[in-house]
Amino acid sequence: MSRLLRHRLFWPFVILAGLLLLNLVFTDHFFTIEIKEGHLYGSLIDIARFGAPLILVSIGMTLVIATGGIDLSVGSVVAIAGALACLRISLLDDQSSTGGVLAAMALALGLSLVLGAWNGLLVAGAGIQPIIATLILMVAGRGLAQLITDGQIITINSAPYKVVGGGYWLTLPFGIIVVALVLAISAFLTRRLALGLLIESVGGNAEASRLAGIGAKGVLIMVYAFCGLCAGIAGLMISSNVSSADGNNAGLWIELDAILAVVIGGTSLSGGRFSLGGTVLGALIIQTLTTTIYSIGVPPETTLLFKALVVTIVCLLQSPAFREKVFHRRRRPVTAPPVAEKKVKVSL
Amino acid sequence: METPTPILRMSGIEKQFPGVKALDGVDFRLMPGEVHALMGENGAGKSTLIKVLTGVYDIDGGTIELDGRRVDFASPLAAQHAGISTVYQEVNLCPNLSVAENIFIGREPRRFGRLQWRVMRDRAVEMLSQLDIHIDVTAQLATYSLAVQQMVAIARAVDIDAKVLILDEPTSSLDAGEVGRLFAVMRRLKEQGIAILFVSHFLDQIYEISDRVTVLRNGGLVGEYRTAELPQVELVGKMIGRELADLERLESRPTVRHTTPLIEAENLGRAGAIEPFQLTIHQGEVVGLAGLLGSGRTEIARLLFGADHASTGSLKVDGAQASLRTPRAAIRQKLAFCSENRRAEGLIPDLTVRDNIILALQAARGWTRPIPRRRQDELVQRYVAALNIRPGDPDQLVRNLSGGNQQKVLLARWLILEPRLLILDEPTRGIDVGAKAEIQRLVVELSDGGTAVLFISAELDEVLRLSHKVAVLRDRRVVSQLDNDEELTTDTLTETIASGARS
Amino acid sequence: MTSRTVPTGWPGIPRKYVPVLVTAGLFVAMFVAGGIRYQGFATGQIVLNVFIDNAFLLVVAVGMTFVILAGGIDLSVGSVVALSTMITASLLNDGWNAYAVILLVLVIGGVLGLGMGAIIHYFEIQPFIVTLAGMFLARGLCYTIGTDSIPITNPTFTTFAQSAVPLGPDLWITPSVLIGAVVVLVAAYVLHYTRLGRTVYATGGSEQSALLMGLPVARTKIAVYTISGFCSALGGVLLSFYMLSGYGLHAVGMELDAIAAVVIGGTLLTGGTGYLFGTVLGVLVLGLIQTIISFEGTLSSWWTRIFIGVLLFVFIVLQRLIGTRRTGWPRLRSRRVPVPAAGADD
Repeated sequence: MSRLLRHRLFWPFVILAGLLLLNLVFTDHFFTIEIKEGHLYGSLIDIARFGAPLILVSIGMTLVIATGGIDLSVGSVVAIAGALACLRISLLDDQSSTGGVLAAMALALGLSLVLGAWNGLLVAGAGIQPIIATLILMVAGRGLAQLITDGQIITINSAPYKVVGGGYWLTLPFGIIVVALVLAISAFLTRRLALGLLIESVGGNAEASRLAGIGAKGVLIMVYAFCGLCAGIAGLMISSNVSSADGNNAGLWIELDAILAVVIGGTSLSGGRFSLGGTVLGALIIQTLTTTIYSIGVPPETTLLFKALVVTIVCLLQSPAFREKVFHRRRRPVTAPPVAEKKVKVSL
Repeated sequence: METPTPILRMSGIEKQFPGVKALDGVDFRLMPGEVHALMGENGAGKSTLIKVLTGVYDIDGGTIELDGRRVDFASPLAAQHAGISTVYQEVNLCPNLSVAENIFIGREPRRFGRLQWRVMRDRAVEMLSQLDIHIDVTAQLATYSLAVQQMVAIARAVDIDAKVLILDEPTSSLDAGEVGRLFAVMRRLKEQGIAILFVSHFLDQIYEISDRVTVLRNGGLVGEYRTAELPQVELVGKMIGRELADLERLESRPTVRHTTPLIEAENLGRAGAIEPFQLTIHQGEVVGLAGLLGSGRTEIARLLFGADHASTGSLKVDGAQASLRTPRAAIRQKLAFCSENRRAEGLIPDLTVRDNIILALQAARGWTRPIPRRRQDELVQRYVAALNIRPGDPDQLVRNLSGGNQQKVLLARWLILEPRLLILDEPTRGIDVGAKAEIQRLVVELSDGGTAVLFISAELDEVLRLSHKVAVLRDRRVVSQLDNDEELTTDTLTETIASGARS
Repeated sequence: MTSRTVPTGWPGIPRKYVPVLVTAGLFVAMFVAGGIRYQGFATGQIVLNVFIDNAFLLVVAVGMTFVILAGGIDLSVGSVVALSTMITASLLNDGWNAYAVILLVLVIGGVLGLGMGAIIHYFEIQPFIVTLAGMFLARGLCYTIGTDSIPITNPTFTTFAQSAVPLGPDLWITPSVLIGAVVVLVAAYVLHYTRLGRTVYATGGSEQSALLMGLPVARTKIAVYTISGFCSALGGVLLSFYMLSGYGLHAVGMELDAIAAVVIGGTLLTGGTGYLFGTVLGVLVLGLIQTIISFEGTLSSWWTRIFIGVLLFVFIVLQRLIGTRRTGWPRLRSRRVPVPAAGADD
């Protein structure tokens, strides 16, 4: 039991379960999943479906954070990808031509990849602190997105594009399938292959990793590019969902939600070991929270209040200092490990 | 020397960390006007005792008396106010502030709450000149060498009307001249009646400066002795609690060997780091680098490994021109490098022993070709056993290991690559004597097996004991390369270092 | 003992002043370029207008400077500004006395900052996350007060908003600018001439060292967030003067502008290095970009963001270049080592 209590995903899991149970009180058949017209329906499915973009962005963010970095620009990339795809589709003679839509999407994803790689270059090549490096694109990116849409909201009417965010495939919402696919690919790359070890090593100690022969630059650029790509896919999903692109508001603050999801999922912001499963859990908590607020009839304006509350609770529960102070009532936190009497060389 | 009343008396100190008793009923006392050395292997409890004394940790049992009064420091600040000042090895000052501020911050001269910068500057200049240091006190601390920073830290500590000055390994980054200057300062402070607690790994320094020595082992007190009355061998025996047989077994001198050259450096150099040098390392040869800290030892190692770029010269591996611009390229040539700075440049503390050991091999294979789990287990188990890494659990986080075991994990990381040249930069610094002997024995075994070793150490007898050939460095220049024959002794080496040529 | 001279960028100018000087140069260059290109640009009033339009940002950026110098970050400032306008507007509508409202708002801002600082320090949670939660909280509180814009009709406020302080022939500023100037002067004094200020620098330089030197790190860390909260609230009051309304969507993204101003002003985001004067210049540069774009006429508003992004890029690269050249001494190579809490690494 105590091992279970100390598992790093224990508290996030309890919170998610608690939120879901709370829904059951207010909504009948909350856990019911049924098949209508060959599609799966139900509140749980909706949470997964609406949460899909956030989960995607969070997956990319997890890897970036594991390298000891952070990517503030994902929200801007979301907007840019959606804007570019919608712009290209709106220029098509036939907005329903699958080929044209695919080409537009490929272009948008390609640009997302490039933007991500740009962040990676700044971080790995120029050695700029990640939070600052990505701040550049965060600020300029919104401008770029509006530049693409010329400050307008581009509305399109394209059946093939609608599938990305709102379609179904094999009875499942298309978004969930995409998420599952991206998650599987990430898990394969990091855990079956050795990318995860290299990422954790770079995040844990960059200089030591270099001296161990790890091409940290390559790893970093790849991870940031991957994060950009994830944000791009999320951008397509979001714009497809509403069949329009809004350079100003699409993906607004999604970087913050994604970072939250990662932190709630137990990955430390200082880099090192990461948990993709935890991140998905974290993103689901955030999405469930939003859904819950709607379903229990609290005014939606207060979503942010609850978010603040949940963030604080989860972070406090995960903070070793908080646990020491509140649960053990020790005078000072003593985290000293046993025998090792090592000195830290503080960087000067 | 009559025994005066101690200024500080710690009795029956107990400190428990999760899973380990760090201090078990330790007594310790300090007389005014003495230099008191605190000795012990790593893990003996020296640092814990100091941290307890300076209020970083609270104690679980026992009493601390300062000037006859019982004290209980809640924070480093409280200890400072009571007159206990500490200078740490890693210089705990703020590199972004000026020298003057670093001396005075927290106690700046003020008038009506407004800082008086001019007064502060003048007083800083005056205080430093008392320590025979003449520098621009308005410059950022980070622009000065570590030795200067250390002196600034001491100036700060002394200014706090210290009754007790704790110097925690202050000499480990200083060269001989700087140590001499530090000792002069310590003697002056001693005359003023300040009690100095001194920690160092260098036995010679202990014998040179300390009046009394307290030895700890495994969190317990071994005893307190007059330094002059305690022979070195006995001191080491008390510290490690066993005979020196382990060390002595290696006493036989290695014979010079002549095999094919593995690495030939021709005029290799890096501006501002090391002047161009010639160095040939043969297969299976142990080449020692002797010289003071900052003489360019580490810089040679980093150049050979591609950690830094060379600005001049060329390098041949197996007689063929090789460009080692990155560690990756060096590793491809089967070179390996254990940095002196385990923590910053070696280990990934948050990863497990297993991950740390396979890291270099995995990096060499690339992330697309993972090492199969079974092979990982096999490799890790073999080296954990061979190097006697404890605890032997491969899934233990490496941060939880002691210094010696961390060093062995680092060694294992490189050994599984089966390197042709292993560069060891201060592999035995800061680790206990047992692990030291094991690492020295390993070097001999590697060399017998055909692996060349470049061995860097501040301890000359260690270099002499292991090396076939010794390159001597001075002021960032290779001044001499000497075969390790009957004539070469630590005295001749010291002389070469001092004079810059073999006499 | 080895003595090293302070490396300088240009002869006679300590390297630490270079980023600020570059920002100052940029401001002058932009002003001159604008004067050549546009009619009626090169007047003193243009500069004053930048102050008038950005007084609230200036005050917020001052608070942000404290936080960043101490090695932290505060994402909540924009939301606290919005919350302050909201509280101000709604309480004024309820007939409260204007001065009581202002006082209350300032206290609320300070308390919010204090709370965040305390959580950051005592529970050792990253400032990024805690202030993010603070951002959500403050924005959420705005919407619980009301989702629509609330106009302010209080006579004290409207009088204040419409009054001008003449500075000379054809030159004037608003009282808000005066308040901003006072805040800047007080803050500069605190940073340079008081223990609190120097401890802020020390904490940003090396928190662990500051602790071991016996400096009141806990108090300082909490203080900078309190200051930032207070400045945000004051910025909110100034914004209420400027907008004469309270709205939950006011000051969206202002935290980014404040951070950008601080960075463009030459303060390192890693903490410990920078000057308040740089922040003032940073705000001026941001304001002047907007002025130029409005003078240009054909340029759309989103170019502002793109320009700010480009400027950020230029300044960050510049700082990076200065930073790498300073670290020529091999033993002092600076590394990204997270500073652990005292004792945590033994």
